[in-house]
This record gives sequence, structure tokens and C-alpha cells, in this order.
Amino acid sequence: MTNEALQNLISDWIPDLEFTEEESQFLNITVTPENLHQLMTELKNNSETKFDYLFCLSGVDWQPELGVVYHLESTTHRHMVVVKVKTDDRENPTLDTVCDIWKTAEFHEREVFDFFGIKFNNHPNLKRLFLTEDWEGYPLRKDYEDEINMVIK
Amino acid sequence: MSTMNIALSITKTIQDWLIGMMPEGVASISAMVIVALIYLAIFAVAGLYLVLLERKVAAWFQLRIGPNRVGYWGLLQTMADALKLVSKELTGTIKADKFLYNLAPYFVIVSSLMALAVFPFTKEFQAFDINIGIFFLIAISSIGVIGILLGGWSSNNKFALIGAMRSGVQTISYELSVGLSLLTMVLLTGSLQLSEIVETQKDGWLILQGHVPAIIAFMIYMIAGTAETNRAPFDMVEAESELGAGFHTEYSGMKFAYFFLAEFINMFIIAAVATTVFFGAWLSPFGITESLPWLGVFWFLGKTLVLVFLMMWFRWTFPRLRIDQLLTLEWKYLLPINLANIVIMAIIVWLNLTIKF
Amino acid sequence: METTAVKSNFKSEEYFINMGPQHPATHGVLRLLLTIDGEIIKKVEPDLGYIHRSIEKMCERDSYQQIVHLTDRMDYLSSHINNEAVCLTVENALQLEIPDRVKVIRTILSELTRIASHCLWWGVMGMDVGALTTYFYGFRDREMINDIFEETCGARLTMNYNIPGGLMFDIHPNFVKRTKEFIAHFKTKLPEYDTLLTGNVIFQKRTKGVGILTKEDAISFGASGPVGRGSGYSCDVRKHHPYSAYDRITFNEALKTEGDTFARYQVRIQEMWEAISIIEQLIDNIPDGEHKVATNAVIKLPKGEFYQKVETARGELGVYIISTGTKNPYRLKFRSPGFSNLSLLNHIAVGGKIGDLVASMATLDLVIPDIDR
Repeated sequence: MTNEALQNLISDWIPDLEFTEEESQFLNITVTPENLHQLMTELKNNSETKFDYLFCLSGVDWQPELGVVYHLESTTHRHMVVVKVKTDDRENPTLDTVCDIWKTAEFHEREVFDFFGIKFNNHPNLKRLFLTEDWEGYPLRKDYEDEINMVIK
Repeated sequence: MSTMNIALSITKTIQDWLIGMMPEGVASISAMVIVALIYLAIFAVAGLYLVLLERKVAAWFQLRIGPNRVGYWGLLQTMADALKLVSKELTGTIKADKFLYNLAPYFVIVSSLMALAVFPFTKEFQAFDINIGIFFLIAISSIGVIGILLGGWSSNNKFALIGAMRSGVQTISYELSVGLSLLTMVLLTGSLQLSEIVETQKDGWLILQGHVPAIIAFMIYMIAGTAETNRAPFDMVEAESELGAGFHTEYSGMKFAYFFLAEFINMFIIAAVATTVFFGAWLSPFGITESLPWLGVFWFLGKTLVLVFLMMWFRWTFPRLRIDQLLTLEWKYLLPINLANIVIMAIIVWLNLTIKF
Repeated sequence: METTAVKSNFKSEEYFINMGPQHPATHGVLRLLLTIDGEIIKKVEPDLGYIHRSIEKMCERDSYQQIVHLTDRMDYLSSHINNEAVCLTVENALQLEIPDRVKVIRTILSELTRIASHCLWWGVMGMDVGALTTYFYGFRDREMINDIFEETCGARLTMNYNIPGGLMFDIHPNFVKRTKEFIAHFKTKLPEYDTLLTGNVIFQKRTKGVGILTKEDAISFGASGPVGRGSGYSCDVRKHHPYSAYDRITFNEALKTEGDTFARYQVRIQEMWEAISIIEQLIDNIPDGEHKVATNAVIKLPKGEFYQKVETARGELGVYIISTGTKNPYRLKFRSPGFSNLSLLNHIAVGGKIGDLVASMATLDLVIPDIDR
């Protein structure tokens, strides 16, 4: 499906979605945290979109918000789309998990929790993945400071 | 000529020589001690050179050279390794059962040595010609299992115990196949005594006399023999890419060397038994060197080394079997084939269908 | 730490084994916490981070040419392809027109890298199931490829031959001749490998029916590369999103449907044959031209987001760059194939035996620095 057709289809499901194709090769959908899980379930299950392959889940520090970017692909229709979700809360950011929809999200969300501190509701095993349990701070945030280990040019 | 003939009947010669020097009782005891020491020396030297042979054969399969720095062609390599092992600290765990921990390697060595004693290296060069030869051999190899289980148990290490149990199960299962396949050949000879078995082979090696069932028995024997000594492809227990190092995890230094050497001597024993029972021990093909009995030693060693090479070939070519596949192979395949084979051999002997030259 | 959390779930028969970071079968520094009941595995939990070097954070302060050097160290067995991924992302963002010569050479080098990586994988796979000799045969062929690379690129493992804009220098005059000799030699060796390991009954019994992964699970877990193709999921990036010179050659995608360890093994062997055929199609017709396009000394990507996928020997590598127009990326994310492939280890190993775990892990072909970044 073309980006325009996708935009028309998806905008019917949930209000308040923002679509843009500027500055990106794919169709970008920005969704609020409350509607995230519903949108994702619909994207996977709807037979016209059928986005069953989540190929990239990245955490981003947008300054001042924290967010997650999901890259989705359909193995049957071979179209791709990007879903972005942002949250303003830097103290205790929480989003819904999508690992009940795509099983690959389990490890990816642990990585995002490890580096950005974003908690995911209903995640089966939300622990740090790469860093040790007693590490303080979230390294990939832009305001992370570490005089000993970081070399800033 | 006559002196060479006398020297062959080794125990008799030594005993006679000693009787000339001291009273009879003392002479027979010292004869026993001297023969035992000679065999211990054979055991040590054979063990050392079998290890070197394994390393050279492995290197040949893997497109490299193998040890060639220590001594010409690496001949002194194992000597150097043995010296290194002797100098290592004998660590032991605190909670290990001291007595059993120290005793376990000796079981394995003693059973190997006892088995070595009965082989007919050439005409009359046999330390112990008992009339239940084969039965004795099979019984002795069962004692080796005790050493493995004791080693695993007394190490007080969870993984060593698991390894020892697995190894024990494997050895006990495959002993059945070994015994039954040897029994198949005994049907042809009618006697358990090893020198008698060699006598009957003067009309042609037993593997040829027995044709089809003998060949099947030989193949089963080689498979079961490789499994008895815990060698690849049946070495799941000691596999480096699995967990732990098997029952000898907690042994170091000389004690580890005992287990290690015993594995190679066991391999030699399996091959030697196969040579004796299937391939005519020290007899030359078509009797070409019958007038030179000394050459019998070379024929015996030659045939044994071919079979040892075959076992090494298996190790470096095949992947490993999983433990449950191993046991399935024995109980569901080898055992029924073996039993059927015995019946076939019995029918062939009864109907006089064996091939005699 | 984790031990207290796991102990509270204990039943009396289960016990807890650590396949520690230093272990001959875990292909790198991976720690697996196994909960086993006798011989059956109940749970596998990987513990990562032993070789985490914060590459993504470093990329936020490095220039684009420097980032290429960091990518070699991620999946060191497909280093050329990793470099190509970043270079392609930057070139697409700057909308540079890359000469044909560069595209063809990049493709040939990628396929040679793929063969080298699969040779090493084959050797190690044999070693893991117990056939210790295969290691030497696999490395012998890999050495020939490394020698070709050393002559052209200057390095045997971490190539750094690609730069944004093309290649660092032109290929060596001997390159074509040596590659052709290697292909002729390798075509006689690959059938030998088939006879030695693939046809062996013991090997087949160890790998058939072991570690089964269905197609739906493969897609859901994000499996790519030979792991996905072994389960029937057609995921070859070279076919679906072609880059460099892949749109001008013909090759088959190796697909099997059984989804067990043996299927994944066969897919990789088939991939080696396909790689040979790709190189043969390209090696005689390398177009003439420049070996690079001039770029600014300080590369600044325009504002926006850019994504490029490539097919490494392990699967689909994705490079995601968010740029705000400065000389460093604002955020750079590497979507590594090993990360998703590792997440399905628990799924395929549970219910099997420890020997099966080792065989399955060998076919997942994990390179831990790729996962830990």
C-alpha cells in the first residue's frame, strides 16, 4: 500500500494521530502513550496493513521529551511504517509494552529501560540488560554525566 | 635358535633361573614380582607412546604436524609431559573423602594391568595362561567401573558425580555387547582359554572362519569397545564443550595422569582382544613366518596398532552422540542384533558351515 | 543479584547451572543461566553486557568517518558489510551518486566476507557437536580469503576499506586473479564438507528435529538471516530491499521450511554456494571508473531520519541515524541481527536437552560483540 492509502486507513482508527513524511523515507505516525497499545494491536492484526515484523525499536531522548521509535514492516505486503511515541515525564517515564504483540520487543524494551529509564507496563521481566543491576543513571540520555568514563570533545 | 625358544616361555625361564639361586617358595614369589615389574614397565612405555601416537594421528587428520620439537619427531614429548605432571601440586577438595579419593585411580590402573597380563604376545610369551581367559578379561574390565564411580563420588562435586554416573551407565551397558560378541566367537573355538583360541586360528583367522556372523560380531565389538573406554564418538561425559569435565574434574597431577593413561591402555586392550579373538593374535597370514616365533610379537603389535588407529580415526572424524542416543543404540539396536547373531553362529557351527583353510 | 530472584522459584528437582562467560561453546562472552531438571532444560536466561562498549553513545560525539571504524568491532566476522551499512546510510542521506565500480567491488567484498564468516561458522559448528577436525578445514579456507583481504584492504579482520563516498583506495592489481583462484579452489572443497559433516548419520541425529522454530515465531521474534530462512521466512534484504550491485545479478534465496537446526545448517551451506555464484557473475566485469566520490572533509547530514538495511552473514543489520544537521549524529541506533536471534534462544531450547542447546546455539551463529555493541 502507498503511504497515502496507509495514512487514510490508519487515521480512521484513532483520533489525534499525526502523520508526516518530511525528513524521513517512511510514513511517520506520532501517537500518544494512551493510544499506543491499541494502535499497535490494530496495525498488526488488520489484514490490509498486517505489520507483523518489528524490525527496530529505539529509544530516543528528544530533549525535553523521552520517546520510543518503532520501525514496522509487513512480510506479506512489504510496506514499512514508523511509529513514534513521546512522553514528557523524565522522572518516571512509563509506556505500554508491545511484547505481547511482537515477541522481539521483550529484549529491545529491556535495552531501552537500561539506557533511558523508560518503564514499560506489563513487561514480563523488566530488568537492566547490559549494565549491572546497581548502575545509577541512564547513560544514553543527553543529560547523563560521568566524569570518569565519558570523554567529551 | 634353542636359546631364543627358551627365552619365550618367560615365566618358566625366570623361575628356573631363580630356583638355581634360592629356595623354591622364595623363587616363585620373586619370579612373580619380576614379571609384574616387567609388565608395569611395558604398561608405562606403551601408555606414553600411545599418547604420542594419538597426537600425531590427530595432527595428520587436521593438516598439521603435531609435536616435533621435543626429541627427534617428538618422541620424548610424553616423557616431558609426564615429568610436568609429576611436578604439579596434588590439589584435593576439603570435603572429599580422602581414602576413596586416593583409591579411585588405582582401581582403574589395576584392572588395566591385570588385563594386560593375559595377552599372548607370541608363542609362549604370556604371563598368565588361565583356562577361563576370555571370561577373566570381561570380568576384569568390569572392575574399572568402580574406579570411575568412586572418583566421581569422592570428589564431592555435583558435576563430577553426574559425569561419573553417566560414564558408569555407559560402561555397564556396553559391557554386555562386548561380552556377547566375544561369546559369539567362543562358539567357534569351543574354549575360553586364549592360547587355545590362537591354536584353532592356525586353520585360518576366526573372522574368516566364521564369515558373516563373525564380521557382524567384529563390528559390534568395535563399536561397543569404543564406547567402553569413553572415547569419541561416545565421549559425551568428558566433552569439553559441555558442562564440567566429567568424573576426573577434581584430580590433578599424577592422579589425573593415571586416569588419562588408563584410558589409552584400555584402548590398547580392546584392540588387543580383538586381535586375539578375531585376527589370529601373533599368527602370520598363511603361516609365512612360522619358523621365527619371535616375529609373532611384531605381528601382534602390528595388528593391534591398526585397530588402535581405527579407533583414533573414529575420534577425529565423527561428532558426538547425545547420552540418550548412546543408550538407545545399545539397548535397542546392538543388543538384539547381538542375540540374533549368536543364534546364527550357533546354527552355522552346528551345520559345519564354517570355512576352514 | 539474579541468584536470589531465581532461587525463590525453585522446586526441589530443578537446579541451576551457569554456562559462564568463558566457555568453549558460547562463542564469545555470553553467560547463560540454565535452570535444568535432570537433563531437560526448563529455562534459559542470557546475561549480556560483558563486552558492552557503549558504541551508540560514542557515535554521538564522533564524525561520520570515525563511526565507520567503530562498526568493524561490532560483528567482526562481517566487518566489511557493517562498514558498508553506515556508508550507504550516509551516502543516501547526502544523495551522492556512487560510481558503478564502487558498487560492484563492494558487493564482491561482501560476498567474500560472507563466505569467510560461514567457513568459520562451519568449523565451529562441527567442533561444538564433537567433530573436532572440521575447525581446521574451515579455517584453512578462511585463511585464503584473509590473505586476499590483506593485500587489498590492508587488514585481515577489521577492514575499514569503505568510506562514505566510496572506497579508501583502489583494489590491488592481483585482486581479480586471486579471487578467481580462490573460487576455483573452494568449489572443490565445499562438496567435501557436505560429505564430511552433512551426510554423517550422527550429525543428522544430533541436529534433525532439534530446536524447532516455526515461521510465525521467527517473524514475531524478529529473526532474520539464515535463522529466519531456515523456518521458511523469506527475509533476504538483498532480495527485498536491494542495495549496491545486488539489483543487477541473479541469485536464489536459500529457504527451508522445517525450522530445525539441520535446516538452518543447510541454509548456510546453500548461501555459500550462492555467494560463489554471485562473485562469479561480477568478478570478470568490474566496471572502470573512480573508486570514490569527493565529499567534504567534515560531513554534515541534512536534518532528518535515515535508515538503511543490509544483509550481514548473521542477518539483517539496520543503521538508524537521526540527524539535526550538525557534524555528529543526534542519535545512532544499530539494529543488530544477533540481538533478535538471541532472544529466541529461550523459546527453542526449553524442553530439550543440554546437548541440543549447544547444537542450536551453534546454528544461531551468535557473535556477542554484535549483541552487546
